[in-house]
Amino acid sequence: MKKYIQLHPSDNVLIVIDTIKEGEYIEIDETEIYIKQSVPVGHKIAACTIKPEESIIKYGVPIGLATQPINKGDYVHIHNVKSAYIPTYTLQTTFIETPKTLKK
Amino acid sequence: MTWKGYLRQDGRKGIRNYILVVYLVECAHHVARLIAQKFPGEQVQLIGFSGCYPNEHADRVMNALCTHPNTGAVLLISLGCESFKRNVLHENILTSGRPCHTLVIQQQGGTKKTIDAGSEWVSKTLLQLEKIPGTDMTVADLTVGTVCGGSDATSGITANPAVGKVFNRLVENKAIAIFEETGEMIGLEEIISKRGVTPELGMELKKSVQKADWYYTQMGHGSFAPGNADGGLTTIEEKSMGAYCKGGDAPISGLIKPGDIPQKPGLYVMDVVPDGAPKYGFPNINDNAEIVEMIASGSHIILFTTGRGSVVGSAISPVIKICANPQTYQHMQDDMDINAGRILSGLATIDEVSKEIFELIEKVASGTPSCSEALGHQEFVLTYKTFTPTGPSCLPGQ
Repeated sequence: MKKYIQLHPSDNVLIVIDTIKEGEYIEIDETEIYIKQSVPVGHKIAACTIKPEESIIKYGVPIGLATQPINKGDYVHIHNVKSAYIPTYTLQTTFIETPKTLKK
Repeated sequence: MTWKGYLRQDGRKGIRNYILVVYLVECAHHVARLIAQKFPGEQVQLIGFSGCYPNEHADRVMNALCTHPNTGAVLLISLGCESFKRNVLHENILTSGRPCHTLVIQQQGGTKKTIDAGSEWVSKTLLQLEKIPGTDMTVADLTVGTVCGGSDATSGITANPAVGKVFNRLVENKAIAIFEETGEMIGLEEIISKRGVTPELGMELKKSVQKADWYYTQMGHGSFAPGNADGGLTTIEEKSMGAYCKGGDAPISGLIKPGDIPQKPGLYVMDVVPDGAPKYGFPNINDNAEIVEMIASGSHIILFTTGRGSVVGSAISPVIKICANPQTYQHMQDDMDINAGRILSGLATIDEVSKEIFELIEKVASGTPSCSEALGHQEFVLTYKTFTPTGPSCLPGQ
């Protein structure tokens, strides 16, 4: 059984559907890749090499930015990805009109 | 595929032909329920609004439901002193070409007399409904909505992407497809705004997500919890995409509010978050509140994705349940129409499951009951809410 699925053809991450264990070899695009770190079900591995600041693509859209070089088959998670969404996005920075000024 | 539906005066076509017994205040609920219960297994359903004080949103949704293509006739049950505008509703239903009758409990002389009069009217009207001519229907005549409930880590990788592909195919086939939950689009404002068919609509879509973010923050809701990362979600964008991908990737034709009925085929986002300061609590108190709003905007069928295992159905329109988690499916099979968990077990691809869902939509539309229908689920809830009217830039060309 295949250990991962790709949700969208343009994705650069693959979703693990059967736990991948450290030291295991898995095949990605006909290449055997050595797995350095166990990856649980539902988590992501890189489908190709991803450079720092490059977008992580899942569902065919960017879901964040790489913070360090990621090799094909590497575990992709909070240790090597950051959100591209304004991290300081709070109530103070909200740019919608406040309800008082909303047109009735 | 072509099947027989019910042609209504406004040109819309129904896949069911129900008599609705409608209570217009909680005080009329019991009487309405007893009338509906006299017709078990028949096409009689119970819906209503509990509030005694007026609410424009409830009025609008109730009018939309009573003139929904799946509705054939309506019996209104009023106590008499509640403020629901029953005469306007009654007139609107008659004008739509449907049989309608109003019984006021205080005028009838109490519980028993109202039940007797109501049951008599329903019996008579059931015979009338049989005479409604059948009409050919295809997917192009359908409006399909989608919601998720009881989600878990599997929802965003199996059931939701599969529904997204179904939505793409519905739009290709000239159906109307509606998805919602702008609160789950936080972090995706830029992506969603680019999908609007006009820049003005794009801006409205972006504003609706910002409104949701603001509203949920007011209600004390965070967006990204530490538990999300344990489930494999890395960023808020990724979490939101898990829900958002139900809508597929077609261009977005409009942004509607509950009760707005799209006039053109295409993909629509429904904004369920009230306008103005939070007044009546959470935007939607449960999944059925969302389902009802989708139906009020014309949905014939609801695609409901669940990971943990929801059992709900709905009055008026069939709910098709798509189970994301293979274990939940094994455990609750009777309630689940589709096992999208097979994607996780490696037994099916997302494309295969989406094809199965599409075929089931046609089957249910042609009369086969969905699991929740067969089990008798007819959940219904309608609450107080406040909306400002939808602006012209939200529905370009309509």
